[in-house]
Amino acid sequence: MIEFDWDALVRALPFLAQGMVLTLELTGLAMVGGIALGTVLAILRLSMPAPVPQIIAGYVNGLRAMPLILVIFWFYLLVPLFLGRPVGAFSSALIAFTMFEAAYYSEIIRAGIQGVPRGQLQAALASGMSYPQAMRYIVLPQAFRAMVPILLTQSIILFQDTSLVYVVGLRDFLTAANIVASRDQRPIEMYLFVAAVYLVLCASASFGVRILQRKSAR
Amino acid sequence: MIEIDQIDKWYGAHQVLKSCSTAVAKGEVVVVCGPSGSGKSTLIKAVNGLEPIQGGRITVAGEVVGSTNLSRLRARIGMVFQSFELYPHRTVLDNVALAQMVVLKRSRADAVAKADGLLTRVGMIDHRMKFPGQLSGGQQQRVAIARALAMDPIAMLFDEPTSALDPEMINEVLDVMTELALEGMTMMVVTHEMGFARRVAHRVVFMDEGAIVEDRAKDAFFDHPDTDRARAFLSKILHH
Ligand SMILES: Nc1ncnc2c1ncn2[C@@H]1O[C@H](COP(=O)(O)OP(=O)(O)O)[C@@H](O)[C@H]1O
Ligand SMILES: [Mg+2]
Repeated sequence: MIEFDWDALVRALPFLAQGMVLTLELTGLAMVGGIALGTVLAILRLSMPAPVPQIIAGYVNGLRAMPLILVIFWFYLLVPLFLGRPVGAFSSALIAFTMFEAAYYSEIIRAGIQGVPRGQLQAALASGMSYPQAMRYIVLPQAFRAMVPILLTQSIILFQDTSLVYVVGLRDFLTAANIVASRDQRPIEMYLFVAAVYLVLCASASFGVRILQRKSAR
Repeated sequence: MIEIDQIDKWYGAHQVLKSCSTAVAKGEVVVVCGPSGSGKSTLIKAVNGLEPIQGGRITVAGEVVGSTNLSRLRARIGMVFQSFELYPHRTVLDNVALAQMVVLKRSRADAVAKADGLLTRVGMIDHRMKFPGQLSGGQQQRVAIARALAMDPIAMLFDEPTSALDPEMINEVLDVMTELALEGMTMMVVTHEMGFARRVAHRVVFMDEGAIVEDRAKDAFFDHPDTDRARAFLSKILHH
């Protein structure tokens, strides 16, 4: 018979909350940055003459072939070299996640843009809109509406992947939980708690998306 | 108004426009017909530069298509598509008002006033807050015509505007187009509606396999077509 002891967990909550703040910050910023950069990459890839699409394809496929943990570590080593000054583990991890996620987001967004019937772009151009205006007002809104679920799925993966930042010495939620679990020798309570937190967060995110979809379904 | 001068277009090795020449004068209505795949859509989309051409020259109101500011020229040429292409994420009103604001920089109030006037004219004012998905095909196409007219075009291009419609909706769209023609709008219309062509067209252009085979005054075309190909096409389409 296992005896649960939740006191240690309760005492550790502030420490865990700090980790959660870092996890959420990293997820949120990398998501916004990754979607923005991914959108730019997707549009350039679809609309620019050679060799731009080939270069972007190389970037996207190269990063997607790489284990994320390696990318995080590389950026930790390379970004300071590149900038000539130390930038801190958080900034380098944020850059790594943004660049890495942009590769995945750009593929999703490219498919989304291609999923909008070509006649929509033609109609917008025929009305005198420039290509950027047609993208902004006509194509991208339709593409994003269709992409919301899959973008969110990718963001949930990103949320879970942020735990890899332990390799550069950052303490995200899961890393903080690991530390507490081994210090207090109460791993079962801790990992039950961790699982519950992930479950609640991801489930509510999915729920939010479903409401969004229903609203926009019209 | 529209001058098409010996234009060529290839898709790879396949030539889809073969030295096509024709013209549409101001206030003229020209119907373009011909078998499926003969190049009608490609021709009409070349007029506003949606289809780039590889040889020849098109001018609209004296401006060479593709040379200068293509967007500015397109803003002055209305286009109506076979599949309507209303923006599904925007209301009927926004569909008609959007390009006025984005392209012509009209204020929202001005754009809405203009849109409401045109929606009234095409009989769609009661549907102004609906989304395109809630409308029938005929209703969508009437909104699409209002959307094009909202830019105060100097000419209108129609690419088979009634081909995607159920038969009972064809007339509501043709009526709007007829009214437009009678008001003196310059129009180039790809259509197989020969009744419409007989009523309002001034000239008929017949295409086959990428070439303009006949370009005649309406009555001449219908009463005694020059070529066997046009005769065959007409008898097929009229006994349908
Ligand atoms: N994107 C394309 N790539 C290759 N061939 C095309 C493309 N679009 C049209 N075509 C070809 O060009 C020819 C003319 O097409 P189109 O102008 O659409 O004819 P129509 O409108 O008279 O039916 C057809 O043979 C068609 O197969
Ligand atoms: Mg066609």
